[in-house]
Formats: sequence, structure tokens, C-alpha cells
Amino acid sequence: MSDWIDILSTALPISQAIEFVTHPDAGGINIFLGTTRAERSPAHRDLVALDYDAYHLMAMQRMNRLAVEARRSWPIVRLAILHRMGRVHLGEPSVIIAVSCPHRADAFAACRWLIDQLKADVPIWKKEIWADGANSWVLPDLEKSGQ
Amino acid sequence: MRITVKLFAILRDEAGVGELLLDLPADSDVAYAVDRTVKQFPSIGDHLARAAYAVNREYAKPETALHDGDELALIPPVSGG
Repeated sequence: MSDWIDILSTALPISQAIEFVTHPDAGGINIFLGTTRAERSPAHRDLVALDYDAYHLMAMQRMNRLAVEARRSWPIVRLAILHRMGRVHLGEPSVIIAVSCPHRADAFAACRWLIDQLKADVPIWKKEIWADGANSWVLPDLEKSGQ
Repeated sequence: MRITVKLFAILRDEAGVGELLLDLPADSDVAYAVDRTVKQFPSIGDHLARAAYAVNREYAKPETALHDGDELALIPPVSGG
């Protein structure tokens, strides 16, 4: 199997993802981790965690398609796209993109493209969980990119 | 025809349900099914301006035709990663 694409309800297996994409044909491995960043809002005090939900079947389908498309654009040896569901606390990863290619330029480019596309198109949503118990679904700013 | 409508995130919170069945006239399209869903759960109406739609897990337009057994998902702006 050359791709590992999954939605998990437990902590993401970072070192396993690295091991998975490691291969003698690859000279460059690029790993992206999306992690929960601390935030303070005047109304709700501090962010405690993000809580993720997904349209599972469609999310898996879209992620698989991104992998197929990425493979058409870059010479990818192996890739992993892992997204976590449920509660993700500060500093913990909610998503891993791991890509190995013969040369590092392609590994960087493919990894970046995959996370940018995942954030644009895959039906997954996150909710902010605040210290005072309030929570609010994140509404991405249409103007922002590369955040 | 009968279709399943799936609601997610803020839409599910507002409606109080994540899934419902709709009986629709033949030749109904996505827009009609969405209207019917809003009639049933008026508070989701405020959150549909930026929503996308998917039929059987493929992104669809308001004018996409529906068929018996279809699954229509109302997809608020995504925020994965």
C-alpha cells in the first residue's frame, strides 16, 4: 500500500506516519502537522481545545482524491494523510500530511499543496472550546490562505 | 421520492438533528430540498449563505436534480486541519 489515508479518533501516530512514508526510493520526506494554537478572546478567555467533526465518507473520498491528484503532479513515493476527530488540545496535532519523494523540492511542494487543498475542500469542521465552557464553530475567512 | 438530508456543524446544532428524511415531488432539485429543510428548521436559514451542497458525496449545485434514495448534505464552510 503506497498511501495511508485515514480519520482517527485517537492521538495521531506521528512516528508511524514518518516510518510509513520512509522508503529507499525517497531522498526527501516532508511532514506537516496542524496543531491547536492557543488563543485568547476577550469574551471567552482562553482556548482549551478544538473539537473536530467530519462528513466521514465524503471526507475520506476527498482525501483519497487529493492523493491521486498529488501523485499526478509530483513523483510521490509514499504519502499519509491522517486527520483526527473529536477533541484536540493545545499543541496537539489534528492533521498529519507526510510525503516522500526522490527529491526534496517535490516533497515540500506536494506536502504544502495537500494541506492547502484539504483545508479548502474536505468536509471537516472544527469548533473552538473555550475555558468558560462556551464553544463556537470556526468560520474560515474567505480571504485568508496559507494560515 | 424520498431522500436523506444530512446536516453538519452549525447547521446540525441549529436544527437539533444531524439527519432527516424528506419526501419530495419527482424532479425536485437541491434548491427545493434545501427550501423544504429550512421550512422544517427555520433557524438554519441564517447559516446557509456560505454553505455548499453535496449529493451522494459529490459537491453539487442548487440546480442539481435529485433522485429517490439520494443523500443530500448541507455543508457549512469547512475548517479542517
